[in-house]
Amino acid sequence: MEPASGIRLDHNHKLSLREFPYIIRWREDRCKRCGKCTSVCPVKAIEPTVKVQRVVKSEGPVPTPAAVRSITHVVEQVTDMERYCTGCGTCTLVCPNEAIEPEFNPQHKFLHYKNKGGDGYKRGGRRNDPSISTLDRLKFTRISMLTDPALDAGRHEFRVRSLIGRILPPEELPLKMVNGKLVVDKESRFIPPVREIFPIMIGSMSIGALSPPMWEGLAMGVAYLNEVEGLPVVMASGEGGMPPGLLRSKYLKYFIIQIASGYFGWDEIIHSLPHMVEDPAAIEIKYGQGAKPGDGGLLMAQKVLKLIAKIRGVPQFVDLASPPTHQTKYSIEEAVAKMIQSMSMAWGFRVPVYPKISGTKTARAVLNNLARNPYAAALSIDGEDGGTGAAYNVSMDKMGHPIASNLRECYLDLVRQGKQNELPLIAAGGIGKKGNLAANAAALIMLGASAVAIGKYIMQATADCFGDEYNRCNLCNTGKCPRGITTQDPKLYRRLDSDRVAERVVEVFKAADVELRKIFAPMGRSTELPIGMSDGLSIDDQAMAERLGISYAC
Amino acid sequence: MCRLAAITSKDYISPMETILALETMKEGHDGSGLGLTLKNLGGEFEKLKKYPILSGICSKTGKKTLDDFMNKQGFKLKHEWKPKIKPVKGIVARDCYFARAYDYPASYKNKSIQEKESLLMNTRLALRRIGEPGESIFAFSFYPDVITLKEVGDPLEVAEFFGLDRDGLKAKIVLAQGRQNTNYAIYLYACHPFFIQGYCSMTNGENTAFVPIREFLMSRGFSGYIGYNSDSEVFTHILHYTVRQLGFPLNYYKDVITPLKPSEIEQRKDSEALRLMKHSLRPLCIDGPNMVIGFAPDGTCFMVQDSKKLRPGVVGGVKGKYALMSEECGVDKAVPKRDRSKDIFPMKYDMVIVSPDAQEVKVWNQLQG
Repeated sequence: MEPASGIRLDHNHKLSLREFPYIIRWREDRCKRCGKCTSVCPVKAIEPTVKVQRVVKSEGPVPTPAAVRSITHVVEQVTDMERYCTGCGTCTLVCPNEAIEPEFNPQHKFLHYKNKGGDGYKRGGRRNDPSISTLDRLKFTRISMLTDPALDAGRHEFRVRSLIGRILPPEELPLKMVNGKLVVDKESRFIPPVREIFPIMIGSMSIGALSPPMWEGLAMGVAYLNEVEGLPVVMASGEGGMPPGLLRSKYLKYFIIQIASGYFGWDEIIHSLPHMVEDPAAIEIKYGQGAKPGDGGLLMAQKVLKLIAKIRGVPQFVDLASPPTHQTKYSIEEAVAKMIQSMSMAWGFRVPVYPKISGTKTARAVLNNLARNPYAAALSIDGEDGGTGAAYNVSMDKMGHPIASNLRECYLDLVRQGKQNELPLIAAGGIGKKGNLAANAAALIMLGASAVAIGKYIMQATADCFGDEYNRCNLCNTGKCPRGITTQDPKLYRRLDSDRVAERVVEVFKAADVELRKIFAPMGRSTELPIGMSDGLSIDDQAMAERLGISYAC
Repeated sequence: MCRLAAITSKDYISPMETILALETMKEGHDGSGLGLTLKNLGGEFEKLKKYPILSGICSKTGKKTLDDFMNKQGFKLKHEWKPKIKPVKGIVARDCYFARAYDYPASYKNKSIQEKESLLMNTRLALRRIGEPGESIFAFSFYPDVITLKEVGDPLEVAEFFGLDRDGLKAKIVLAQGRQNTNYAIYLYACHPFFIQGYCSMTNGENTAFVPIREFLMSRGFSGYIGYNSDSEVFTHILHYTVRQLGFPLNYYKDVITPLKPSEIEQRKDSEALRLMKHSLRPLCIDGPNMVIGFAPDGTCFMVQDSKKLRPGVVGGVKGKYALMSEECGVDKAVPKRDRSKDIFPMKYDMVIVSPDAQEVKVWNQLQG
């Protein structure tokens, strides 16, 4: 019963902090009230406020406790769900006295409330599933011991390289014999372009989704790896074009240009074509993205600033939504083939052109169609653990297919057709989720991938992205990235040093190269990538082992 | 690691010569089996060169099945060789070891060699399928002028068991493998040398790239690429695929199993072809440690190393008789009177090729092409 006085005491419709995913732990005794934390918070989840407190004080030589009312300054977490604490921890970073820290609240009811205005929760990042992924459960169990010497990762020569591009079956090689030597008979048939690359590539993240220093840092790192370190790492542009200067530079050969359903940036690309001094590494036609299958691309209006508007050829501050599908496409047999043909033709059939799809049960149907198309250069499959700059939470968390079994069934399908070496498979989605970049990449290669693409990992490793699978930060869509990675706001992205990003890119790939050798050497492989070497793998689950066609080990 | 011994000669030699050479390398094998392939046969088979010889083992019931099957296929038995079995302790004798020369079915008399080769291989595979479940029939090779013998046991004892020291069986090329059993249960189909349509090879060392190679070969749509009870069988099939199916000269076998690095390919005159081959035949790249000895249908013998030379191998001899062995002691036993300074220890880029009738030995260097 409510009191007869009519005063409401129940605070109904006001959320308690227990409903929030992160609860701010603020220590009054340490705080010097500098205000840095409240000013830096990207979502204004904390604010300075004044409180009247009753304090018992005793002054003088004899205890004489007396209650006094004092006015104190405090830092307080707001209980407005639109300003929920994302747990990014920027406040902790700037605090001089370690007085503040967000703490994950496993009992939160965030998703019950985060749909204000009748719209679902949108965010960036990737699937919020902190459990151990299949990739991290795979072990390398075929170790060369005594019956065959293991190779020495430090001494023996290793070639950790892969191929992207349609590879002719040996029976169709246009070779003829002249004086006991084989020569290529170029007139007899089309020889598709093939690129030799490092088997880990940086997946599609657009300039627009990423801030200028982030994209630039990645690009500089990739160029350095190729030019100085001799490691042929390639990077995909994402949808949104590329800087005109880069399109006309000799470094274009290290980039895969993506075309997606919005065709953003392609006006500039087409106009740059006559001025290109190098061909790009490949063209990726995006039909799907693992993080948000069935969704198109989305660049929120707040991220469409001057530079992005110019590169994409659009007005500033408008939402840039790419449709879920290419509008010209109504059948894979006809329209996808045409798109591959058109892109191939634009570069005189000198550039591999391949589609990227999200992981799906129907991947094999796509694959089999591509296998029959002699111009399809690869198939990239992006699993459910892939990342994105903006999508509905429900798409990210619940839609899509894990990459391991999807990739494996596609590879085995190619084996059945004898085309496992003709159509390279690129796997993406969750590689390095727990930091095991080389191990995850090697496992996918042994399941049948020719290469893997990474996105989230490289942002975390090179620019200290806060995001994790407990929905930490994940503000990529808002343009308020506290690290300056996914924002177009100069006040935020000036926090990020592109040179430092580039340095870290180089370190990451050099370390991955070393770690891949450390995996391949004990398994006796060094000269060719062990694509499909499934006897090298085991997993500690019988059903998974059966599904992947590998052994069970425990 | 298995030990390998091969002798190629212009004159017919007893297989015992090769087995005695193998015996000198005994430290390197555990006596878990002997495989023997003889090519360019002398003795009682010298006059039967055009008739295909089926080599194998069968049980009593398997023998009837075999006879019925071959009769049904239209093959007519021309001649049969059976080893003069001498019981040896530790070797469990099977019912019937045989090498039978058949005449082709009448309908194949005027068919091309390729068609005949298909018939012979498919017949062998059919016999394998029929006999494998109960081990009633083992069929190792079915080809003119070639005999294959295999049995579990110490090689010298197996030779004595087969009575090869008392037999008139002779050949110009003899390949012998002393088996060091490793990953697989001792099984006759896992014994080297392996043979398919005139191509034969034996290998030592594990094949770490076995699974992708096996999958690639099995998906070529060629019925002969089956078996693989040993990871080394793929070496024979790669040889067959490279030379017979793709029509490449023999030396390109080296380029298929151990392709050069791109910078090395640039130095070769046939670099364009090599680049394409390296891409298209990528799944057939072995990753060592292996040494392979084999022969082609014309009687050319070869030795080739993995790309790091992780296994020993030596070729030595005189014009008219060359030995290709795992170790020097084997060559010493096979051809003692020779100039040892001319012995060839092929390194990682080398392929040693001994011409038919052991007339000439050449070292083909992969870098030079």
